[in-house]
Amino acid sequence: MNLTSLQRLDRRWIFLAVGLLVIVPLLFNFHIAPVQPSNRSRGFYDAIEKMPEGSVVLLSGDYDPGTAAENYPMHLAAARQLMRRNMKIIALALYPAGPPLTDQVLRIAGGEYHKQEGVDYVNLGYKVGNELVMSQMGQSIPNTFPVDNRGVSVKLIPVMKGIQNFQQIRLIVNVSAGYPGTKEWVQQVVSRYHVPMVAGVTAVSAPEYYPYLQAGQLHGLLGGMAGAAEYEVLVGAPALATRGMDAQSLAHVFIAFMIVLGNLAFAGSKKGNGR
Amino acid sequence: MAGTDSHYSDDTAQNGTAYEYQLVASPADPSLDSEISGPARSSVNFFDWSKFNVLVVAGIFFVLLFWYIRKSESGVRWIFRKIPGLAAIEEAVGRATEMGKGVLYVPGVQEIDDIQTIASMILLGRVARIAAKYETALNVPTNSPGVYTVAEEVVKSAYADVGRADAYKSDQVRYVTSEQFAYVAAVNGMMLRERPAANLLLGAFFAESLLLAETGHAVGAIQIAGTANVHQMPFFVVACDYTLIGEEYFAASALLSNDARLLGSLKATDSVKILMIAVIVLGSILATFGQTWLGDFFATQ
Amino acid sequence: MKREIPILITLVAGMFMLIAWFVPHPMVRGAYEGLQNWAIVVVGFTYVLGVANLLRINLRQVSRKERDWPFKIVLLAGLLVTMAIGFSEGNHYTDVDSRFQWIYRTFYSPMTATMFSLLAFFIASAAFRAFRIRSVEALLLAIAAFILMLGRVPLGAAIHPAIPAAADWLMEIPQNAAKRGILIGAALGVMATGIRVILGLEKTYGGGDS
Repeated sequence: MNLTSLQRLDRRWIFLAVGLLVIVPLLFNFHIAPVQPSNRSRGFYDAIEKMPEGSVVLLSGDYDPGTAAENYPMHLAAARQLMRRNMKIIALALYPAGPPLTDQVLRIAGGEYHKQEGVDYVNLGYKVGNELVMSQMGQSIPNTFPVDNRGVSVKLIPVMKGIQNFQQIRLIVNVSAGYPGTKEWVQQVVSRYHVPMVAGVTAVSAPEYYPYLQAGQLHGLLGGMAGAAEYEVLVGAPALATRGMDAQSLAHVFIAFMIVLGNLAFAGSKKGNGR
Repeated sequence: MAGTDSHYSDDTAQNGTAYEYQLVASPADPSLDSEISGPARSSVNFFDWSKFNVLVVAGIFFVLLFWYIRKSESGVRWIFRKIPGLAAIEEAVGRATEMGKGVLYVPGVQEIDDIQTIASMILLGRVARIAAKYETALNVPTNSPGVYTVAEEVVKSAYADVGRADAYKSDQVRYVTSEQFAYVAAVNGMMLRERPAANLLLGAFFAESLLLAETGHAVGAIQIAGTANVHQMPFFVVACDYTLIGEEYFAASALLSNDARLLGSLKATDSVKILMIAVIVLGSILATFGQTWLGDFFATQ
Repeated sequence: MKREIPILITLVAGMFMLIAWFVPHPMVRGAYEGLQNWAIVVVGFTYVLGVANLLRINLRQVSRKERDWPFKIVLLAGLLVTMAIGFSEGNHYTDVDSRFQWIYRTFYSPMTATMFSLLAFFIASAAFRAFRIRSVEALLLAIAAFILMLGRVPLGAAIHPAIPAAADWLMEIPQNAAKRGILIGAALGVMATGIRVILGLEKTYGGGDS
């Protein structure tokens, strides 16, 4: 094999290889290795598991379809665990395209655990304002969200009865794609009102939240689809993320191989030029 | 309250009203109940003492800022290390002029209230001046209407400042869409169709950074990126010719301007950083010996 | 005066917001939060300008039959049809069986996810093209990258439990330390830029000379 010519490899061959390595495991459902939950995912799971049944939890789905591959599985698994534990869920989204995803998650999990909208959970929808919304919720959640996603007054929704601000919230479960998201929740809410919080974020932004985890401001952290898969295993509902880990394993190995191949090609071209 | 909580903040308290508090066990156990506290009244504060440490650092920064600006205005010349990406900005515009192609300036994907976007607007003004002087086409697709209104004003004024108001075209600066990936698709389309010679990716970027940078590389543009979003820096470093990392990005406008006062502010930033390094080292040594007062002073709520 | 007035407004508003952050007095807090609310309203109005600009540029390109003008029609149709449907459905636009939700599920959701998924392909091609091990530091970086890529997937734990443990250590210790250093520098840069803008040392962003 002429390593020098590899330097001129059309990148579309690389795209094709990545495509096949991702599609084949998903289509043919073969397993490479079992998913092992990490301490960070266990922290996320345990934070919900050890709360008393019937606690009020704020579930904030701050992402849109762009990052749904990473965030949606963790959002759904969180809804499943919360409903299995009979928590009262107040859901919202700080991304304009987030509410339909939140709706879908609540509907699927609600159907599985026979939960009723308005009684066991509510989707407050989207509100413009980013951190300002969080700050306003600290004063009054009903004033910040006077109606839910369907346009029903929160005064008429049983699950919202007695909910004024963060003092009534036992835990914040945040699924975030970036801004506004976990960092803003920690800065605006956790720091001021000391509400416990767990977060599920995209893989690329997960390292940014390690300091919060180490400082105890986050009790658990899910990073990307791998974190979502670990959490699905803990919840006992392996689904999309778990299936995706086999494809991800192959893709990671391929990228490592590409780095080696690229450097071999580079070394070969340097040798050929007599340098 | 959870059993692990060590303090309670009553946010519903009315100022001037006397309150008494008692800790009551749950489940009920009268033997564990605390005594009832004496009456306490809340009152308005004019200063949040929990933010005193921030005020100290900000105060030190202001003092150093004004001191260095005075020094700069009196003629002192500071030496700053060369940042390759900055010199490359003018070269990139020059290259585009020689090739008869344009410059694409992408100001990031955040709103105008984000400081990275403001810094991008400052740099846009400088780049627009160079482009106007060289008569190079400059295109600025924006993903926020707020950024569009400011960017339009910046570019128009830059052209007017160098006496080329007639060369400014109203569709140089355009609002594309606020949706992140739709914006990327549009900008990538511009790169593939118009094939700019230079891409300047300066602002706050998220997942779209590698999509933009790789497409720019594929069309053969020289690329200079700058962002303070740490999680996107690796992608820019890999895919771009020059990357301004973190504070280099914020320092860029001061260094390009060569203005004495702006350079003085840069010196103040460097001085505060040295002080912070000293505090971190001292704090680590003290904490190793069980003295946490310095670290505790700088802890924020 | 045209350039001085915006700078003066920036100075007054900026200094007020800076000082108000330290002052919990209800009068000051009220004004602080009020100004933030105004900012949201002003940004909301700029959407009108943005859509107007979009319509102006694309309609002109369609009328002059400039290059790729049919695609501009698709863009304009998408914008106007989605807006019309959203307005016509009112509060019911969030209903599962609404036409707006159909547009969201059929067009918006898959297209957005597709764009994000391009990253996987681009990362592979960037890794092949640009990751050159030319120095000891680059070699260390490559080794760390290999450990992390394996440690973050089940395959790493299947090969040896030390791989995910090493990946966790790399993320929690050296990566965290380096990132914190960059973050501190960036935060200082943010502070300096903000002060320069508030004090009027930087005027370029507002269309003025510095």
